[in-house]
Amino acid sequence: MGRTLYDKLWSSHVICDYDDGSSLLYVDGHLLHEVSTPQSFVALEQKNRTPHRADSSLAVPDHAVPTVDRHLPIADPMARAQTQRLVENVARHKIPFIPLHDRRQGIVHVIGPEQGFTLPGMTLACGDSHTSTHGAFGALAFGIGASECGIVMATQAIRQQRARTMRVNIVGQPHPFITAKDIALALIARIGANGAAGHAVEYAGPAISAMSMAERMTLCNMSIEAGARVGLVAPDETTFTYVEGRPMAPKGAMFDRAVTYWRTLPSDPDAVFDSEITLDAGEVEPFVTWGTSPEDALPIGARAPDPETESVLARRQRQIRALAYMGLHPGMPLESIGIDVVFIGSCTNSRLEDLRAAASVVAGRHVAEGVKAIVVPGSGLVREQAEQEGIAAVFREAGFEWREPGCSMCVGMNGDTLAPGQRSASTSNRNFEGRQGVGGRTHLMSPVMAAAAAVTGRLTDVRKLMGSNA
Amino acid sequence: MTPFVAIESHAAFMPERNIDTDAIYPARYLLLMERDGLGRYLFHDRRFTAQGQPAPGFILDQPPFSQAKILIAGAGFGCGSSREQAVWALTDFGIRCVIAPDFGEIFAGNALKNGLLTLALPEEIVMRLGAAAEQGALFSVDLETRLLSVAGDKVASIDLPDGQRTALLNGWDETDVILREKGDAIAAFEALHREQQPWLFREPSA
Ligand code: SF4
Repeated sequence: MGRTLYDKLWSSHVICDYDDGSSLLYVDGHLLHEVSTPQSFVALEQKNRTPHRADSSLAVPDHAVPTVDRHLPIADPMARAQTQRLVENVARHKIPFIPLHDRRQGIVHVIGPEQGFTLPGMTLACGDSHTSTHGAFGALAFGIGASECGIVMATQAIRQQRARTMRVNIVGQPHPFITAKDIALALIARIGANGAAGHAVEYAGPAISAMSMAERMTLCNMSIEAGARVGLVAPDETTFTYVEGRPMAPKGAMFDRAVTYWRTLPSDPDAVFDSEITLDAGEVEPFVTWGTSPEDALPIGARAPDPETESVLARRQRQIRALAYMGLHPGMPLESIGIDVVFIGSCTNSRLEDLRAAASVVAGRHVAEGVKAIVVPGSGLVREQAEQEGIAAVFREAGFEWREPGCSMCVGMNGDTLAPGQRSASTSNRNFEGRQGVGGRTHLMSPVMAAAAAVTGRLTDVRKLMGSNA
Repeated sequence: MTPFVAIESHAAFMPERNIDTDAIYPARYLLLMERDGLGRYLFHDRRFTAQGQPAPGFILDQPPFSQAKILIAGAGFGCGSSREQAVWALTDFGIRCVIAPDFGEIFAGNALKNGLLTLALPEEIVMRLGAAAEQGALFSVDLETRLLSVAGDKVASIDLPDGQRTALLNGWDETDVILREKGDAIAAFEALHREQQPWLFREPSA
């Protein structure tokens, strides 16, 4: 029987199998950031351990760092201390590091691929659940906790249970203004926030082959919001072209040798998955979330749900709670929802392609009165490139704030937060209660949809704004 | 890690589905660099009002549930962010076992490293247990005999991979175990891997 991409990645990293069905996997790459590792280093040093292979790691501050006034010391003393702690920890253990003021600095899941740290066929761990992003390269990439960060540093290994496999076949071609984010939200709405729990999801099909690496990363990034720790896309020419020439990627003959190996990774034609789903990209509409879980997603033309019509009690209760938290009336059209803040950023949607797409909507328009709109590029290199292309100018002229790279309002740890009751149109990945600030209300959507919301001041069908027929 | 052998306690019931780790431990407290004493931030934004007063009716602040060592929850408990603080806050508060239909995968892994038992049971059983918990029934969780009992009656067996069970019973530090048992295997694998995929081994830059 043929093997899946996941099977190949898994078996090429098994150090040994345990009796209980778990395996010890070799970890090729470890990305570190300031927030999830202070306790890991303490655990490491308490036992006088050192990293097994410091060269397998790359560290960068991103979660707690300010996106304004970078020339000043970090204002929040706790964020400053945490960022400084990372500097000290990596220096002591000689871990490769991109400091805050380096032009390569950015969100860990943006810079890993950008630097060529992320490669097909590797295993990659990071103390962050959106590590699934790197699966877009055909890498086995998964989020881990702080204790596991310490284990990986000390041993280069991690004990894991093998996941079941799910293939999501994306057929058809998306219409204009329909993005990977819409496809991800449509999928999560269909299978639920827990729908892929225990599974490694492989995205496949013609729509995936046609996607850029940025789009594939968006899709794999959101896998965790469907409950899957791992998202995957088989490496192909698009992948190799992206990787070639990146600073940390193999060069010359070594690159050719790597590509020869990477070509063996895609799932065999007769591979069998534990489950399969097919989604027609041609039928996907622009999606937005109305509630407090990524599964609470609906096409923009829909109305907020009416709990009265929900027969399952648990669901009805959750809807009532979510509507109350979000300050919405049952049955109200989503397009009538006014917003206060627009956030274009996060490891889901802060790459150059995302910013280009959003800028094309914003160009020649202006942010609606009373709306605060910010763009936070995923990395310093994205920021630079966007400035060279004139995208930054488009945003600035339209009334957006053009910020320094980081996680920013995706997680609200750096002072970029919503005030209680404020409502955002956000390109990030989580609309949990309080995610963007205590009492903040988050509507998830694509960059072009967020751009449309910015200029109209409410949730808006970008296709109508741009005069394109749905 | 604190060993887990057996506990007896009331159980607090939070029937909601998909209680995420942001709800369990809000992001802004991730700036703290400790791992002890985090129980005071557990479910912070639900337990306290915007003014910092205890929110009325929050289950974990109501006796006898304020002493509960067991939490019963809806499906998807611990989904979302990988933050281990969610586990540290639960254990610091005194919770040693969470029962739910299923768990966020990273959360479940983190729990294991900290002596917090995550017990996945079919949804209908979980809801029945929740109802009993609300009535104030005493639960007992015994990892040695692998039995979950409510008010003295056995209701389920605790089905856990052997490796996880042994680690919990002994309170082992996983790094120690891996290095001791598998250090040689790791070195052997690494040597072979370096030959097969040399591009994954970047020489440390000067
Ligand atoms: S942008 Fe958001 S989801 Fe991505 S790594 Fe940062 S905090 Fe996590």
